[in-house]
Amino acid sequence: MDGLVTRAGGWLGLTLLALVMAALAVDAPFTVHMIIVALACFAMLWATVTRADYGALARGILKMPAEQGVYDDDPIRWGVVATLFWGIAGMAAGLYIALQLAFPALNLNLEYTTFGRLRPLHTSAVIFAFGGNALIATSFYVVQRTCRARLAFPKLARFVFWGYQLFIVLAATGYLMGVTEAKEYAEPEWYVDLWLTVVWVAYLAVFVGTIVKRREPHIYVANWFYLSFIVTIAMLHIVNNLSMPASIFGSKSYAAFAGVQDALTQWWYGHNAVGFFLTAGFLAMMYYFVPKQAERPVYSYRLSIIHFWSLIFLYIWAGPHHLHYTALPDWAQTLGMVFSVILWMPSWGGMINGLMTLNGAWDKIRTDPIIRMMVMALAFYGMSTFEGPMMSIKWVNSMSHYTDWTIGHVHSGALGWNGMITFACVYYLVPRLWGRPRLYSLRMVNWHFWLATVGIVFYAASMWVAGIMQGLMWREYGADGYLVYSFAESVAAMHPMYLIRAAGGAMYLAGFLIMIANVWATLSGKVRAEKPMTETPYNAAADRPLAPVPAE
Amino acid sequence: MSYNDLRHFADSWGLLAMALLFLTLIAWPFRPSARARNDEAANMIFKDDEHG
Repeated sequence: MDGLVTRAGGWLGLTLLALVMAALAVDAPFTVHMIIVALACFAMLWATVTRADYGALARGILKMPAEQGVYDDDPIRWGVVATLFWGIAGMAAGLYIALQLAFPALNLNLEYTTFGRLRPLHTSAVIFAFGGNALIATSFYVVQRTCRARLAFPKLARFVFWGYQLFIVLAATGYLMGVTEAKEYAEPEWYVDLWLTVVWVAYLAVFVGTIVKRREPHIYVANWFYLSFIVTIAMLHIVNNLSMPASIFGSKSYAAFAGVQDALTQWWYGHNAVGFFLTAGFLAMMYYFVPKQAERPVYSYRLSIIHFWSLIFLYIWAGPHHLHYTALPDWAQTLGMVFSVILWMPSWGGMINGLMTLNGAWDKIRTDPIIRMMVMALAFYGMSTFEGPMMSIKWVNSMSHYTDWTIGHVHSGALGWNGMITFACVYYLVPRLWGRPRLYSLRMVNWHFWLATVGIVFYAASMWVAGIMQGLMWREYGADGYLVYSFAESVAAMHPMYLIRAAGGAMYLAGFLIMIANVWATLSGKVRAEKPMTETPYNAAADRPLAPVPAE
Repeated sequence: MSYNDLRHFADSWGLLAMALLFLTLIAWPFRPSARARNDEAANMIFKDDEHG
């Protein structure tokens, strides 16, 4: 009971501290954020008092260990639900800003809903909230199953989940209020960065702790990828966010680096966030869930190890390709380009490894829509890891940079690879985590697959056309050396492409809403009576020996 | 150590060490005795399948 009182008192103290910070704040967004923190602490206080685990208190007195015979799946269930929740928010925000580009009046003439503020909301919501929750949830699932051990530090694991949600809320509300470090994909300000650092170190402790107490001699390759993702993101996050707050009661800070050093640090961070958050982390999902769903081991375990070390050694150098033709030294730009092109090989090795896992079971693409999603995800992994190196070549980049081709490239990776593999993993996890015989409907998974796939095709194709058109219009010189088009003319020419892109995004979001309905029904324990995805062709009349026919 | 020293180290011994480390790590799973271990590791996720 003493522990309970201490904890409740601690949460009360933190609530009051946050309120004091809110009162001393030098700017309004900081006040709002500290009030959010106070509310979070108060919610913890409430939960501590009203939902105290008196069973656990009794176990503590009697020194009984917690149940060790089952995996610790609660944080994973929460993570799956959070993935879907933030997915709706992030994708809806994306569709909205896509429409804003076609119809600028949709910014509603409010500072809070302008493109500049909603865009980081969209990118962070889909990458860090949707993708991040999926990574945390699946990593906790995979590390337990492959180590055959319960999650280490169960309380810390719960802290990781809730702490990460608080990070998301603070980041998202900050963007709307204009709080930003103006670093792409690293927009949150110093106090939110510090909080994420605490959460991330806790995440690392839970993950490594589980690996340490494993009951299997070998550490399965998916865990290598997860671990590299966690460690590298910690390093990138800390270095890129080194900054000095203007006031410890305010939401403004100044970066430790300046000029081109700052730019290079930012894109060292930015590209490795792609490499280790959106690639290594999701490859970890691929290396566990694709073999499990296909019920076949990975095509080549050796290739998976080559894939791993090549990504580790090569990715970290590719960042400068974001700074072609800038103040960055030319040799650094070339280095970034060369390593980006070399990266193409291990990426395709990994894609082939994933696809060939289906060797001998290709019929599953026809009969199992989850496998179909995984295959499409791997296909898009291959496409975007070909497109990326190509765009990193200076000659291509001189035309493609700053155009919508870049946006199309990012989305073929994000929607095609990250989105599709996440959907497939959630479909894999939901019936298992909630103990259901199967998903509510496989036919709805099929609908989701086709809506998402066609949506991506619309998105990527329209952005290719838009990007190349923009690039060519911007560099078009007339005979007397003047630019032929004004910038506004290139914007006007984009309108049809923006509409097609928004339509593609709407289809992708519609598919996701079907997924939400499907998962919702599965959680309520319903099973849809539907025609199966495949039927065994059988003709009883033909399935008999030829009867001897008497000669005539 | 000046920037210049660091740079010269990076594109000579540093580069060599990284390349050798990379090649060793890549070659490691190809040693003959690793075949059985690789197969075992690849199939480990199916051992006593937890969900039947």
